[in-house]
Amino acid sequence: MHDDILYSIRKLVVEYTTRAGAVKAVDDVSLDIRRGEIIGLVGESGCGKSTLGKALMRLHTGPAKITEGELWFDGRDLMTLPIEEMPEIRGAEIGMVFQDPMTSLNPVQRILDHLTETIQTHEPEVSDADARTRAEELIERLGIRKERITEYPHQMSGGMRQRVMISLALALRAKLVIADEPTTSLDVIVEAKFLDLLKELQKEFGLTILLITHNIGVVAEISDRIAVMYAAKMMEVGDVNDVFAQPKHPYTQGLLRSVPNILLDGAELYKMAGAPPDLSHPPSGCRFHTRCPFVMDICREEVPPLEAIEGAQSAACWLYPSVMAKRLEKEHA
Amino acid sequence: MHESTTMGINAIPGDKSTNTEELVQVEHLRKYFPLQSGLFATLLTRGQIQAVKAVDDVSFNIHKGEVFGLAGESGSGKSTVGRLVLRLLEPTTGKVIFDGIDLSSLSSEEMRRMRSRMQIVFQDPLASLNPRMTLGMAIDHPARIHLTDLSPDQRRKRVIDILSAVGMNPANVFYDLYPHQISGGQRQRVVLARALVTNPALIVADEPIAMADVSVRALLLDLMMRLKKEFDLTYLFITHDLATAKYVCNRIAIMYLGKLCEVGPLADVYQHTIHPYTRALLEAVPVPDPTRRRKEPMPPGEIPNAINPPPGCHFHPRCPMARSNCSVDEPTLRELRPNHSTACHYAEELLK
Repeated sequence: MHDDILYSIRKLVVEYTTRAGAVKAVDDVSLDIRRGEIIGLVGESGCGKSTLGKALMRLHTGPAKITEGELWFDGRDLMTLPIEEMPEIRGAEIGMVFQDPMTSLNPVQRILDHLTETIQTHEPEVSDADARTRAEELIERLGIRKERITEYPHQMSGGMRQRVMISLALALRAKLVIADEPTTSLDVIVEAKFLDLLKELQKEFGLTILLITHNIGVVAEISDRIAVMYAAKMMEVGDVNDVFAQPKHPYTQGLLRSVPNILLDGAELYKMAGAPPDLSHPPSGCRFHTRCPFVMDICREEVPPLEAIEGAQSAACWLYPSVMAKRLEKEHA
Repeated sequence: MHESTTMGINAIPGDKSTNTEELVQVEHLRKYFPLQSGLFATLLTRGQIQAVKAVDDVSFNIHKGEVFGLAGESGSGKSTVGRLVLRLLEPTTGKVIFDGIDLSSLSSEEMRRMRSRMQIVFQDPLASLNPRMTLGMAIDHPARIHLTDLSPDQRRKRVIDILSAVGMNPANVFYDLYPHQISGGQRQRVVLARALVTNPALIVADEPIAMADVSVRALLLDLMMRLKKEFDLTYLFITHDLATAKYVCNRIAIMYLGKLCEVGPLADVYQHTIHPYTRALLEAVPVPDPTRRRKEPMPPGEIPNAINPPPGCHFHPRCPMARSNCSVDEPTLRELRPNHSTACHYAEELLK
């Protein structure tokens, strides 16, 4: 594995057991997360992006199960670790920030206790005084006055709570932060400031961030790369500048054109036909073929693999010769 | 959609002499929600009950046939205004004049009849639809109340026509389906159909597309604009999303802590912004273009509590232009550009 890759997801499948049978919420997805990057994972509701985010920490319980694939984090395959050892990785090495910080923070615990408990659970040798100092330094860095550390979550605003969540990840110097819709419950001005903060933290702490969101604008604002999911499949991956300038997959093309842009004058929003499919009965072949303006016969029959199209930009679409070539290669083998 | 937007903007002339018909006139509307407090708290405050000033002296007009946007962050009071306009809430003071009639003068029976002419569409269509009613029954419900001169057969025909008008085809099949059997985008179409069945003049749309997925939003907006033409509607479009507002609104009002800070034709408000808060809001909207970077710094802090709003201009503690009198004198709306008003003492500095 390349040294610059922090997390490598290989052919991951996550299934939910339902009354209607097994539903694959993540279906044969591979993705490399590079050290120090902010990678935006986008898609519409139900595309599997949050399921993928949780799978990276093996957080699934109940009806959800990882049935196939490998999860290489910093040189170890997490799938081969006993599940009892996962808590040592969660929090300490991989932090997570969810959409609603109020449900992630303990309402009867002060911010201080959240932080010192996190530090001392993973580093029992740290004294109370040292843990407090560290906690205070951290929240000051994140723009919260340290006098407020003794407050409870409900006394803080939404933006501050989200900063506290980030501080919990930073307290243990997590290598990777998975942020699942971190700004969705925030108002635009607070969101803008939180995004600026994430960008600063990336530079200052060399933090790697997987930013899961439905908001394309947010990804454009701070991500280095973008990964686009649709109906449990990875459709396109590439540098943000490349993908926004020249999206390869017809889904990405439609998605980007249907996002309202406040700076564009007189542009018409693209009206994509149909709606995302029901994953308990996914369409055959390419999942997008039912809505694709360029659909061909092969699209209805065979699932296109995700292949490099141009430079570092990959897409899973039969329109491209390199994807076709992969198919021929397989036939010959 | 583009066509309707530009048409709308051109249709609002620069001078006031033209006679625009007003469908809704909101005059000095206030809504204070008293805080429930116990005996002890009442004694402490000496009986002075505190109140959340959700809407505090708001006035605006909605022209017939336009899309009037009302935008702001959460807690700005925009949804409360929407409910007050429909008299779903009683105002503390002030009045709403709908098509020349002062709504507060109506008896409850008169108001009930008036409701067929004004409808509301909420953000979450699943919460707006009864899970045990078929789509047909849901749309038929208001028709049964308001269209009493129609026979059941005529009503069924009307419901099917409306279903078809919102793009739910084949309508007779959808008539018998339940909300859980259709997609989120389709549910919002049904909610629109139900709002339209009584042939209203005004639709208050409170974040109507906020729950829909990106790829479905454009279609819903397009449908709303098509229905506006077809059914001769006027919209009060309540939203937090200034990027979406740009595609549909003819005029827009920006709210902050219960007050309007800027009102005007959309293009003028966006291009010649004359309130520092509107400026910050527009600057903060994420743009789907990685080559674009935000230039202006964001105002500090967050929207304060509406129980004790800052004195003077509510925005002054966060405002980059604030001077000493901003914390004392409350600014009122004044017209600085044609039909475009701002509530800022120093807005002239932004005119350049």
